[in-house]
Amino acid sequence: MAIREPTRQDIQHRNGKADGQRMSGAHILCESLIREGVDTIFGHPGGVVLPLYNVLPDYPQIRHILVRHEQAGAHAADGYARAGRRVGVCLATSGPAATNLVTGITSAMMDSVPIVAITGNVATSVLGKDAFQETDVFGITMPITKHNYLVTRVEDLARTIKEAFHIASTGRPGPVLVDIPKDVFINEATFHYPETINLPGYKPTLQGNAKQVKAAAHLINQAKRPVILAGHGVTIAQAREELVALAEKAEIPVITTLLGLSAFPESHRLSLAMPGMHGAGYSNMAINECDVLVGIGQRFDDRVTGKVEAFAPKAKIIHVDVDPAEIGKNVRCDVPIVGDARHVLRQLIPEVQPAEHKEWLETIEGWKREMPLTSLPPGSRFVPQVAVRAIWEATKGDAIVVTDVGQHQMWAAQHFWYDKPYSFISSGGLGAMGFGVPAAIGAKVARPEETVWAIVGDGGFQMTIQELATIAEERIGVKIALMNNGYLGMIRQWQEIFYNRRYSSAYLGGPDYVKLADAYGIKALRAQTREQCRLVIEEAMAYDGPVLCDLQVEAEENVYPMIPPGGSIQNMLLQPADRD
Amino acid sequence: MKHTLVALLEDKPGVLNRVVNMFSRRAFNIESLTVGHTEQPHISRMTVVVDGTNTDVEQVVKQLYKLIDVLKVSDVTQDKTVFRDLALIKVSTNRDSRAEIVQLAQIVGARVVDVAQDSVILQMTDEEEAIDAFVALIRPFGIKEMVRTGRVAMVRGAQGVTRAPSFEELAHPTQRPRYEARKKVPVDLTGEAG
Repeated sequence: MAIREPTRQDIQHRNGKADGQRMSGAHILCESLIREGVDTIFGHPGGVVLPLYNVLPDYPQIRHILVRHEQAGAHAADGYARAGRRVGVCLATSGPAATNLVTGITSAMMDSVPIVAITGNVATSVLGKDAFQETDVFGITMPITKHNYLVTRVEDLARTIKEAFHIASTGRPGPVLVDIPKDVFINEATFHYPETINLPGYKPTLQGNAKQVKAAAHLINQAKRPVILAGHGVTIAQAREELVALAEKAEIPVITTLLGLSAFPESHRLSLAMPGMHGAGYSNMAINECDVLVGIGQRFDDRVTGKVEAFAPKAKIIHVDVDPAEIGKNVRCDVPIVGDARHVLRQLIPEVQPAEHKEWLETIEGWKREMPLTSLPPGSRFVPQVAVRAIWEATKGDAIVVTDVGQHQMWAAQHFWYDKPYSFISSGGLGAMGFGVPAAIGAKVARPEETVWAIVGDGGFQMTIQELATIAEERIGVKIALMNNGYLGMIRQWQEIFYNRRYSSAYLGGPDYVKLADAYGIKALRAQTREQCRLVIEEAMAYDGPVLCDLQVEAEENVYPMIPPGGSIQNMLLQPADRD
Repeated sequence: MKHTLVALLEDKPGVLNRVVNMFSRRAFNIESLTVGHTEQPHISRMTVVVDGTNTDVEQVVKQLYKLIDVLKVSDVTQDKTVFRDLALIKVSTNRDSRAEIVQLAQIVGARVVDVAQDSVILQMTDEEEAIDAFVALIRPFGIKEMVRTGRVAMVRGAQGVTRAPSFEELAHPTQRPRYEARKKVPVDLTGEAG
């Protein structure tokens, strides 16, 4: 189906025409989505949403991308939202389709990503009667959404969509699900898109409490060894400039969490690498030794803190977060500030005095020399780290990197330098294998002008491998770097270290991925050595369209450094070669 | 220590489910929970009793606030508050014991609301401890059945913090007290950091 780009006149004309008109719920939904600026839906049709699919072709300004599994639709909406910095939309029918969305919605919830998931349900007359493909998706998704709705009257539909987009995209963003029974799509009502929102129980606090900001500034001004721990909240609040300004003014080194990567330029002299379980030794040392820790837009995840009692033992902790419930949840807090990262940073900067921390930075430099994060294993072994480096070199960092979950995710975090804002997308909180490829689809659709690299392992890749069909059909030019080691690598690593090398169900083997990509009609390249890898990445970059790079890396490479779960910096394992 | 929280909720479908679901998911231990209407239409009021020794009460309050349908949460434990619980107790009786049971009920202010050949139903409204004491007293006669509502609470005086907001107040939510604004966090401004 040819899709015509809608002009502004088209939309205005249509909007003008729609208001006050009587129309079906399906039309009301489409009109409402257009009002919210939706241009893409990742969806899959099914019985009860057919009334909606029947009118979708009337709205050429909405591009519907047919995913091959609803989970991929939710992940794609997630990638679309993060790369495009707007609300992502996914659509599924009732029952099995709605439950297929659950993983993707949960991932978006854990990572605070604004998506609106629309599901159909059986007609209101048979709701609760165990009708064909009926599921209580409203109940199922209650704990995994920021908010959800079951729309039982067509008159409520426009207002609900308005609220859903508002809730998803403001405060601490998150997924909102709207469940719509079949008859609500069919029934008619007069369309009025509300101008205002009335949600008395929902008023996110953006501005920090002035007294608390002063108290935080006071701590920062007195600090001898301060550290900033910046997370996804900085990216979400688009507070990168403010973060740089604060760090430079008071000369504070900045550690970014996994999802905080690209929230602070990694080439900056004050940038420290990711902390935590697979974080840099020097970042963990900095947290261990600092006297003031400023957490901004992050939630002291257990993968960051390790053993909570041993986390930042010498520090006063300032915690800035837009979600009050995150403050004091995992880690003690001396100065809590509820507010949006950008607002609070703007309040903090004038209160903080210019400072230098030469001695502290030199200490950190010492740790960097002692335990560098990014040393490659010597020799010619084709390890996955080499492939990540090759992508970095080929792109010069000018790309959006989307990862799946596992070893390669950690290497992608360690061996790529994220200077470009909004350039790193990963399922951090939930760790949903299968996220990489569909999220990369979403990212590429949102930002077609950008190079999008999906770095995936052969385990996670196979969980949403069917999306190769979506990529081929829609010609979505994502580059897939498949770290093919024939193992569930992180499982194998844990079994090697904690279970005495008893590799239980960690071996994958796997299909011939080049043949597989061929079957889908996608260009595929294979590399078995470092040199081939470099050439393959370059060829993939030069090719205009989707490419799968089957990178047959060494099977038994481990991610280091590693702090075993529940451990602290004292338990850190370094790369064996680095240990002697 | 037991904490009593009063939450005002928008009376929307699934709101009780949302609250209970969240408690269960967050592994919060709830001693009792009651829900009912308020002086304002479309606003429900919930009283939750939480044991502070096994559950982080501040987290309970914050997580409640996160729910979109929750308008206001107050910890009234430290306020001058009226606490009440209602119990219906069906006690076995016979010719010999009935008079004594009725007399005991009269002493503690419980009412006899049903009389049958071999049982009476007593209704008692009081603080939980008083009801507990009465139940212990009456138990030897044989309790056939008992139901209790769980605690409800209301702060004394004209300016109760638990009053439900009117529609006008809801339309101007800036007047709504924020949780973090009420919370006092001690900050050491004098001591050397570290």
